[in-house]
Amino acid sequence: METAVKVKKNWWTGGQSPYNVSYGKLMMWFFLVSDTFTFSALLISYGTTRFSVNYWPDANYVFNKFFIIKGNMPLLSVSLMTFILIMSSVTMVLAVHAGHLKRQKEVAKWLFFTIIGGLAFLGCQAFEWTDLITEKGVTMTHNLLGPVVNGHATAGPSAFGAFFFTITGFHGCHVFSGVIINIIILINVLKGTYEKRGHYEMVEKIGLYWHFVDLVWVYVFTCFYLL
Amino acid sequence: MSHDATLNPQGEAIQLTPAHAHDAHAGNGHEHHHDSFITRYIFSQDHKIIARQFLITGMVWAIIGAFFSVIFRLQLGFPDKTFPWMETIFGHWAKGGRLDPEFYYALTTMHGTVLIFFVLTAGLSGTFSNFLIPLQLGARDMASPFLNMLSYWFFFLASVIMFSSLFLQTGPFQGGWTAYPPLSALRAASQGSDRGMDLWLASMATFVISQLLAGLNYISTILNMRTKGMSMTRMPLTIWAFFFTAILGVLSFPVLFSSFILLIFDRTLGTSFYLSDIFIGGHALPNQGGSPILYQHLFWFLGHPEVYIVMLPGMGIASELLATHARKPIFGYLAMVGSLFAIFVLSFTVWAHHMFVTGMNPFLGAFFVLLTLLIAVPSAVKVFNWITTIWKGNINFVPPMLFAMGFVSLFISGGLTGIWLGNSALDLHLHDTYFVIAHFHLVMGVSAFFGMFAGIYHWFPKMFGRYLNQTLGYIHFWITFTGAYLIFWPMHYEGLAGMPRRYYEFNADSLGIYHQFQGLNEVISVVAIVVFLTQLMFVFNFFYSIFRGRKVTDQNPWKSNTLEWTTPIKVGHGNWPGEIPEVYRWPYDYSKNGVDYTPQTVPLSPEEQEELAHVAHPETIHERQL
Repeated sequence: METAVKVKKNWWTGGQSPYNVSYGKLMMWFFLVSDTFTFSALLISYGTTRFSVNYWPDANYVFNKFFIIKGNMPLLSVSLMTFILIMSSVTMVLAVHAGHLKRQKEVAKWLFFTIIGGLAFLGCQAFEWTDLITEKGVTMTHNLLGPVVNGHATAGPSAFGAFFFTITGFHGCHVFSGVIINIIILINVLKGTYEKRGHYEMVEKIGLYWHFVDLVWVYVFTCFYLL
Repeated sequence: MSHDATLNPQGEAIQLTPAHAHDAHAGNGHEHHHDSFITRYIFSQDHKIIARQFLITGMVWAIIGAFFSVIFRLQLGFPDKTFPWMETIFGHWAKGGRLDPEFYYALTTMHGTVLIFFVLTAGLSGTFSNFLIPLQLGARDMASPFLNMLSYWFFFLASVIMFSSLFLQTGPFQGGWTAYPPLSALRAASQGSDRGMDLWLASMATFVISQLLAGLNYISTILNMRTKGMSMTRMPLTIWAFFFTAILGVLSFPVLFSSFILLIFDRTLGTSFYLSDIFIGGHALPNQGGSPILYQHLFWFLGHPEVYIVMLPGMGIASELLATHARKPIFGYLAMVGSLFAIFVLSFTVWAHHMFVTGMNPFLGAFFVLLTLLIAVPSAVKVFNWITTIWKGNINFVPPMLFAMGFVSLFISGGLTGIWLGNSALDLHLHDTYFVIAHFHLVMGVSAFFGMFAGIYHWFPKMFGRYLNQTLGYIHFWITFTGAYLIFWPMHYEGLAGMPRRYYEFNADSLGIYHQFQGLNEVISVVAIVVFLTQLMFVFNFFYSIFRGRKVTDQNPWKSNTLEWTTPIKVGHGNWPGEIPEVYRWPYDYSKNGVDYTPQTVPLSPEEQEELAHVAHPETIHERQL
């Protein structure tokens, strides 16, 4: 074996991590793979159900409200939400980067902005849900946005609201737990826990999670608002 | 303890925690370290204690699950008789000593749920993955001992919830372990669909979390924590099997979780994910637009990999044990790993063979037939390699070896009927008959149990420092082995004749044709009772031997090559008192160059190095690749 090692460094011979990462990061990666399957199952269920019914509400009409401003502004608020979430990923990248440089104050600053981004996203979602439930009549069990038959509005497939609230809600839960974990880590950063530990790997790990949640939103966004 | 000290003075001296869980003298050790009883045996983060916790919890569940099967076998074997003692135990579920039909379904449901998830998933891979991964890889503990502990306690919580559902006024869930809607989605569908199903879902969701935590830990431990020299291709096949098992769990359980989310919403929020066009008591339900087949797709996307989550650990254990006790290298190591990988990949692509008759597009069925039958290829590779491994071997017929060979036998017998059932045309006739029961009990139920028994008999000395009683082991094996065939072989004939599963009795006129099997059913039930009592004997042997069994005096009682036998007889927290050993070779150098066994820690001899440098020998390919 030793003769072979001389030829080329082999990372898989044991005594070291083959990917040169800590077990914690490895676990986070595998958890994200696993969570991908959770979301995929939900989105595939949504797809099969959507294509089994003969009518689906038009997203341009359903999501046309921009917070409290009156008027028809299709997909504007969701565009803002998406922008906010992507920006929060940018601030998370900056936090991770500052962590590599061991700049405690910068890590805290960018983590703080990330938390604000996450909360803003959840706030927008709350506005959107309220509009759907109170104005448009879309709930988990009902959907008033059906096809217009002979000039009369009819009920649409209830699966629309059910899947919309389930999947965006499930994603919202991920954002929410991300915000909570971010707050805990921010407190640790301020307390100097990672300074004492000598590295900011915890920020990196939550960063992986945060980017994943952001990426999932891209798919959720595509499936519900664009398709 | 002094006895061991003479054997391994070095180990005894440095060992901080004499983690011999049930030694009568263990109390003396308390003064010497700061672990309290609670952190050592209850909320322990030591992988070996956690493994034992999984094992014993699994055994409790196995007794409960098997006891349920005895009760419903009594009903099937003796439908006209009454058993007054049943009323004593089950109260209004067995009025006048005759089983209530609703409770019959509750028993079969719980039998399936408990044995598949709690015993053969948590009890099997929970025990052996936890116990063997660090020991056989040369690690001090799992990657994250804390998450490892959490995984057990989530399993424990799931167990408590499921157990409490047995005592509900309306009984536990009764809609089958697969929990198909609408039975599982509508509270009014049956008594068990109400509170029983709430608890079933809560328990299973908790169980998914436990499996996820465990799986992430196993994967990262295997990838990251191998000792120096333990390349992937020098890992024992047990570890390869646990590795694929863990990945299967991490990828398939989340899908089950998603299906549960939708099911819970259907139950509590009135959504219609799985419901459409349903009448209860003549009244139409408002639910429209859902599809129960959607649930079946999601469920079987877990459900089929789950079969291999149950099977793979047994395969790994059998591979390891057949080589060790036949004193021969495993035949085709890389083929064994490759076939594990092939099974792992294929297991994700065959789920719809459970659904040939659900109204799925028959065109789609054709693809699933092809993919399903493809699994026969890696399975056959494994079987032939096992047989070739013991071919002309110097076999020690000790209980672990017998169980490992029994595993292979049952896997072949059950696997062959899988080729029948994988054909959608044949499945039209065989679906939901006793043929299916016979098939999956042999191939994944009993054979996985045999893998587990083999593992327990083999590693009991390492776990508890004592041996299981060998005579009771032989009795246990032969009765269980013949019993398994006596129970399930006749069911093939019943199934071929069309006898449907899940039926409470066959006395109605329309089912009169199955009266001819009454005698057979009686025999099956009697054998089932005998086999059940034999398992109780094994449980007695297990607990008796923990305290009173013959003491292990040899550090390596099976003369095995793997690393766990280089630890002291009583393994402490951290596994190796001194340095972690380095590994120089694969674990299957048995009878090589006239030497009975050469542990992995023995450096290559000059001749072997010569051989590696010059000769392209198939058995050493894995070493040359380094």
